[in-house]
Amino acid sequence: MNREAVDQLVAGISETAALLKRSIKIMEVCGTHTVSLFRSGVKSLLPQNVEMLSGPGCPVCVTSQGYIDAACDLAVREGVVVCTYGDMVRVPGKGGSLESRRARGANVQVVYSVRDALKMASDNPKRKYVFLAIGFETTAPATAAAVMEADRLGLKNFFVMTAHKLVVPAMELLLAAGEVPIDGFLCPGHVSVVIGADAYLPVVERYHKPCVVAGFEPRTMLEGIACLLHQIAAGECKLENVYSVAVEGQGNTIARRLLQEVFVTAPARWRAMGELPASGQVLADKYARFDALNHFGLSIEADYDPPGCLCGDVIQGKSHPDQCHHFGRRCTPMRPIGPCMVSSEGTCAAWYKYNR
Amino acid sequence: MSETSKVSVKGLPDMAEESYDTGFLEDAEKCVVLAHGGGGQLTHDLIDRHILPRLGNKQLNPLDDSAVLPPSINGMVFTTDAFVVQPLEFPGGDIGRLAVCGTVNDLAVMGATPKALSLAVVVEEGLELACFDRILDSIAHTADEAGVPIVTGDTKVVERRGGDGMLITTAGVGELKAGVNLSLSSIRAGDKVIVTGILAEHGLTIMSVRSGIEFDSNLRSDCAPLNNLVDSMLEASKGIRFMRDPTRCGLAGVLADIAEETGLGVRLHESALPISPLVRHTSELLGLDPLTVANEGKCVVVVAADQADALLNACKNHPLGKNAAIVGEVIEAEPPLVELQTVIGGARIVQRPYGEELPRIC
Repeated sequence: MNREAVDQLVAGISETAALLKRSIKIMEVCGTHTVSLFRSGVKSLLPQNVEMLSGPGCPVCVTSQGYIDAACDLAVREGVVVCTYGDMVRVPGKGGSLESRRARGANVQVVYSVRDALKMASDNPKRKYVFLAIGFETTAPATAAAVMEADRLGLKNFFVMTAHKLVVPAMELLLAAGEVPIDGFLCPGHVSVVIGADAYLPVVERYHKPCVVAGFEPRTMLEGIACLLHQIAAGECKLENVYSVAVEGQGNTIARRLLQEVFVTAPARWRAMGELPASGQVLADKYARFDALNHFGLSIEADYDPPGCLCGDVIQGKSHPDQCHHFGRRCTPMRPIGPCMVSSEGTCAAWYKYNR
Repeated sequence: MSETSKVSVKGLPDMAEESYDTGFLEDAEKCVVLAHGGGGQLTHDLIDRHILPRLGNKQLNPLDDSAVLPPSINGMVFTTDAFVVQPLEFPGGDIGRLAVCGTVNDLAVMGATPKALSLAVVVEEGLELACFDRILDSIAHTADEAGVPIVTGDTKVVERRGGDGMLITTAGVGELKAGVNLSLSSIRAGDKVIVTGILAEHGLTIMSVRSGIEFDSNLRSDCAPLNNLVDSMLEASKGIRFMRDPTRCGLAGVLADIAEETGLGVRLHESALPISPLVRHTSELLGLDPLTVANEGKCVVVVAADQADALLNACKNHPLGKNAAIVGEVIEAEPPLVELQTVIGGARIVQRPYGEELPRIC
């Protein structure tokens, strides 16, 4: 870590922010950015008039309540094992969380990768394994590869319950709604590795908002923020990439091919934001037999907010966590009410953990 | 396992091949069965053939109902700990080594010399005796390394349940060292905080081999008995206020205890933290904060500021303390929080984790 370079960046940011003489709102779309900004101390170094807003980029947080409830229903079925990324198990639903169901005997298995779920399915042919396929373009290629592998192996006991989402349509929706004044986007490094920096061009061209792709080290986050402020101060609007070591304009073509092979773009239900057109990925017809909803005859009920919970506003940058009446009172990481307090990438959890 | 074959069993006449089902006895040769815990001949066999050859000593061998301990001059300390870990064996240790170190370390950080341990083993039927033996060997080796005898014990066998294989409870007694009085209430603002080596290795190692999230790495648990290192530190400095081993909840947990109990804050310096690149990258991959991850062979020491350098040197001269570092200081703070000065000059607070730390998604 070159401390001198960091100090210079911080000084530059302060200088530009002082020239701007107004409140600047930058949205970090990705949950990992939210956490890294706090954990590294970058947030504590920003001038008062530069405000970071968290966007709809935490995979667990954008997942609708109906999906959580459907997953819980599956987990209690005889002979079914629900495999999930760790963050999901604690999200409360109508009848409790996957974690509380597990405590009462449901089969819920935390996995780090979809491959682990696939392996369990091929090792235990008598049980049915359902992988909760959530997340953005970062996790979707792994799901796609697993589905193709399951197809190759002829597995009949492996299923995915897809709720994969696309990042850019959500950004466009926020801008189209116009409820939140956003001056620019700090675009997520991980997702951009897959989709490529050019994926943000519509945001720049249609909505005239500066976009800068950044990684997660403190220095690249500061570089990203510095670039955004420069553009805002100069009245410019362009796409920049300060994470070119990992992100190319076109993204990862192999991963994108996997996505094209297995998924088709479809409307998706987002927490609190409703059904957004062309914002999700569902299994293509060729792979429909791996669809858990089809196989088990499940449907995902309407989305709802836990009473009084502002998670829906928080993921759209409309509210900060401390504006929620539950925050830090009834809702804590020990007893979360909404997903933003559960997920390690959730905005409320980050605020509670690092900012109290 | 139930096919029949001719066997010769001590005390029983040879039986015709067809008429005698030896499956049970074959099982009993290879793995722990319920009858091993029944108190009968098989229990004796287990003790005589598997346990005493490994753990036996003057106090344990008579198999008396209780062990007689030496008299104490400065006061006794007494502790107990239960151990459940999956998998039972992992890089750098196993449940047996963990069970000895955990109790030895709890005694040592109180400023006591561990004198004797008890060992209660609950085995799930079906555990391979080869595994049972390896874990007992490890217990013997670790107790020897720590220089603490196991003076009493018990074994039970339970029906197969969740496949945990084995649970261990150890208790230990130790004698307080003369003139040593370590407590949270001795801590003062200005004191320095030392950790005796690289953080988070145990917890990350377990995570790396746990079913469902296993991944290849060179991580090894730091599991080790600390009594010898603690002796060296106590000899080197009279200014030690408090020690604790940062097991579950990691360094963050111990510092949160300090802040809550003393009403003082702690300022940590990220650049001073002994965190290896391997630990840093693994933590980042899993989305975990190494400050909240478990250690099993590390000690957090609060020491008077003017003695910190001398203590650090003493630590570094010990094989278990060579990566020791002064990581922060106790400060007056309202509210009393643990604050981390980050490498880039920013700040954030550090809290104890809330429950099970879960690997993140992406």
